Amino acid sequence: MTTPILEVRDLKVEYTTPSGPAEAVNGVSFDLAPGEFLAIVGESGCGKSTLLFSIAQLLTYPAKTVGGSVKFDGVDLTTLSAEELRGHRWRDISVVMQSAMNALNPTLSIGAQLADACRAHTDWDDEKIAERSAQVLTMVSIDTTHLKSFPFQLSGGMRQRAMIAMALLLEPKLIIMDEPTSALDVVAQRSLMRQVENLRRELGFAVLFVTHDMSVVSHFSDRLAVMYAGEIVELGATREVFDRPQHPYSSGLMDAFPSIVGEMRQLTGIAGNPPSLVNPPSGCLFAPRCQFATDECREFRPELITVQDHAVRCHLVNPRTR
Amino acid sequence: MTDAVLKVDKLTRYFRVGGFRSAGTLHATDEVSFEVAPGEIVALVGESGSGKSTIARVLAGLYPPTSGTITFEGKVQGKSASRKVRGRMPMVFQDPFGSINPVLRVGHSLHRSLKLHRPELDRAARDAEAVALVERVGLLPGAEVLRRYPHELSGGQRQRLGFAQALASRPSLILADEPVSMLDVSIRIGLLNVMKGLRDQEHVSLLYITHDLASARYVADRMIVLYAGRIVEEGTTEEVIANPSHPYTRLLMATAPDPRLPLAHDTDVEDLGEPPKVINPGPGCRFAPRCPLAMDQCRSSTPAMVSLSATKRVACYAVEQS
Repeated sequence: MTTPILEVRDLKVEYTTPSGPAEAVNGVSFDLAPGEFLAIVGESGCGKSTLLFSIAQLLTYPAKTVGGSVKFDGVDLTTLSAEELRGHRWRDISVVMQSAMNALNPTLSIGAQLADACRAHTDWDDEKIAERSAQVLTMVSIDTTHLKSFPFQLSGGMRQRAMIAMALLLEPKLIIMDEPTSALDVVAQRSLMRQVENLRRELGFAVLFVTHDMSVVSHFSDRLAVMYAGEIVELGATREVFDRPQHPYSSGLMDAFPSIVGEMRQLTGIAGNPPSLVNPPSGCLFAPRCQFATDECREFRPELITVQDHAVRCHLVNPRTR
Repeated sequence: MTDAVLKVDKLTRYFRVGGFRSAGTLHATDEVSFEVAPGEIVALVGESGSGKSTIARVLAGLYPPTSGTITFEGKVQGKSASRKVRGRMPMVFQDPFGSINPVLRVGHSLHRSLKLHRPELDRAARDAEAVALVERVGLLPGAEVLRRYPHELSGGQRQRLGFAQALASRPSLILADEPVSMLDVSIRIGLLNVMKGLRDQEHVSLLYITHDLASARYVADRMIVLYAGRIVEEGTTEEVIANPSHPYTRLLMATAPDPRLPLAHDTDVEDLGEPPKVINPGPGCRFAPRCPLAMDQCRSSTPAMVSLSATKRVACYAVEQS
């Protein structure tokens, strides 16, 4: 096994709320190998975006990283100062935000925004900046004439691709993507995902991809992590998790969306709502919604246990040893 | 089908765009004709910009059609919809956060709707009816939900409330404009089941507008595929899904994210095309620039809808020839 590029250990993030701290991310650990594509899926409010922001050290009040470490290439990002972080941002890690409509400045041309990022993080001259800007736009199949275009002149799919081009500027080793496809329709979604996949093969960066719609990543990610109420409940090879989900929450998610192939069947989804993160229940966080829950589940919080590269947090899969 | 609840004949809506010198006409929908039978769910499927929302808005009377006729419950509609028609054909909007007044209790808006559209009910009967309505869409316990404010409801619950509001006026047809696209995947299925329930138990027709083929397949009896303001294919849902004829429908099928499809499935589509801006369009099929089967004829004249079976129609010269 190669040395992981990113090692997240026991990461904890809390939000300050009037009724006490809410544990939005509660002890998340995982490794990401160089060039690997890891998808993190879960419902709104499960902490998936908070986790990404914590990894990128972008959290602001009322959210705060309260424990754990994020090691990137051996350096613990949680201990760095803002100035030191700047040295890593964009060069090593870049972030693609959820809504390209709002992430681009509407009053500046695409070219100006690309140049802005270069000037903030490199000492390139104008010629080099122009050359590299044209290069990254071509990589995402946008004609270089659009360097002069303003964001409103591009379609949603092109804007999102322009964001990815911007993330590629300094050839980072890791790109963090927060639901980049959720504002796009299916055709644009698919072509964006294919493009990310091709670029990853070509350039070898690792991808950390957050989405609530696991069908989007089903054909693209290497591994899949399912998050529920701030914890990873299942983590394994994407195909493995899809074909043989072990945690009741994962299998519930799989049954929640209709398919265009096979028999039509009645789907039920998952009843109930996620638990409060301020005063979480003492047992398994999913137990109140789980149809298989036992007294043991309601009393003891299960651990994330890995068997043959497939980690599951469930008493039913990994019975407690007394 | 003389007893269709809604009959749309050559519905056309243009918008004037641009400035004084560069004025153009945007053909949002062009000669769209279809029918909706009582107790039937019809899905209007297409990308952003295909004109699907424009159709719903014209039907709801939010803007008048440029030309064409709308026959609703046997009566040809005038330029704007009367209150009675709005009650019989209400609309559920896409954004559950923008479509409910945040400063009024949930019950208030339902009561208003009942007062306006069902003046025969007295106060006690209205109370009882409001409770019955929210419980009908799965918001339990009804009396308590009515006392809440919108911010106390989740996105899925708000959208259920949208359907309860629509039901308040005893509609024969509900216009549902992407009602689930802003919701989490795990919540969508519950709402789709509500829609099916309304059809099966209340015998209400629904016009379900979406870009998601899989959800359209799950709820709809018939499917109408739109591209750039024109209908390109229509038929019963299973017919269209099992045997898509139009190249655009095939593209949609191929790009639908579905983990149940094998991996090899997506290697044969390469499409980075964008839906056209239909400003001052020339003659010819609007899909021709993206179409793998396009012939000279496709670029010079517009294909008409031809019947392939009793229920299925398609507008494509290439399909006609084969």
